[in-house]
Amino acid sequence: MLDFRLYMAQRLTALIMAPLVLGHIAVMIYAIQGGLSSAEILGRTQGSLFWLLFYGLFVLAVSIHAAIGIRVIVHEWAGLKGAALSALTWATGLGLLAMGARAVWAVTAA
Amino acid sequence: MTTKAEVLEVSVWRGSADGGALETFEVPARESQTVLDVVSWIQQFADPTLTYRYACRVGMCGSCAMMVNGTPRWTCRTHVQKVAEGNSLRIEPLRNLPVIKDLAADMDPFFDKWVEAEAVHHPTGTRHDPIAHVDADSGARQAADAGIECINCAVCYAACDTVAGNADYLGPAALQRAWTLLNDTRDGGGASILDAVSGGGGCHNCHSMGSCTQYCPNELDPMSAIAGLKRETVRRVFRRRRDA
Ligand code: FES
Repeated sequence: MLDFRLYMAQRLTALIMAPLVLGHIAVMIYAIQGGLSSAEILGRTQGSLFWLLFYGLFVLAVSIHAAIGIRVIVHEWAGLKGAALSALTWATGLGLLAMGARAVWAVTAA
Repeated sequence: MTTKAEVLEVSVWRGSADGGALETFEVPARESQTVLDVVSWIQQFADPTLTYRYACRVGMCGSCAMMVNGTPRWTCRTHVQKVAEGNSLRIEPLRNLPVIKDLAADMDPFFDKWVEAEAVHHPTGTRHDPIAHVDADSGARQAADAGIECINCAVCYAACDTVAGNADYLGPAALQRAWTLLNDTRDGGGASILDAVSGGGGCHNCHSMGSCTQYCPNELDPMSAIAGLKRETVRRVFRRRRDA
């Protein structure tokens, strides 16, 4: 159910996420110092290739990582397997990716 | 808790693959009595149709494992005094395995997985070759030595919650044997072992919960052996890259 390929995908995405989580939290704390409006935040993120790549990569890593995690939990706790389990894995991954990508695009598109 | 009471209240699981229930027996309490003594007493003096399994009675053959008050144990070396709750014992067949009858679990899935994990010897020599030199001090040999005293009792397999949730998972005993063979210089199956433990039921399913290591009656550490397999499967990928 969790073969070597999925195991590596989950470990590698965890490696990518670790610094991004720290970066995300640091920016959150920094950004709200002295009260920052959403318009001001959008002013900095819109049209920024850096933030597009930062959060784009974050969303991609989260989608892969979470889909595999959910796959393991659902298999062990609910007994789902085979094609249904694969379908759920893909649906979770693609669903998270779609929602995340939409959010990233909303704040970074110029 | 001491069992000063004269009589033990023992509930024993009776049944077959189609189902069953607990049946209670009163067994005289004795000093230094083992759980296997209790089961044997019931079979000899209360109900000769009780089915269970044992052979050596000294913790070597691995055939007497059962669930005792919900915990997997080698019953021939488990003293009643240590595990009884008050004066009561609940004895059931090993968890995570099908039942044949009463306390005898069907060990086939357990041993089939040893073969599936390539936990079988892959010879590198013949009887005509000189006896292989084994360097007892090498790190690999010490890693192998740490796991070779497994008596195949399936206590770890019964204790493992990952086995309980994932029927395909090879389990701690098979994976530990795969690890000892991987570290044995006389075994030529390295690549096929790593392939076998990398599949859908392989070592990567382990959550490192550690029940195997906690309950192994021989105090082995299958959890670390499985961690070793995970490490080696990852290393192999990078080694291949470098060699390419
Ligand atoms: S009877 Fe052999 S290990 Fe218990």
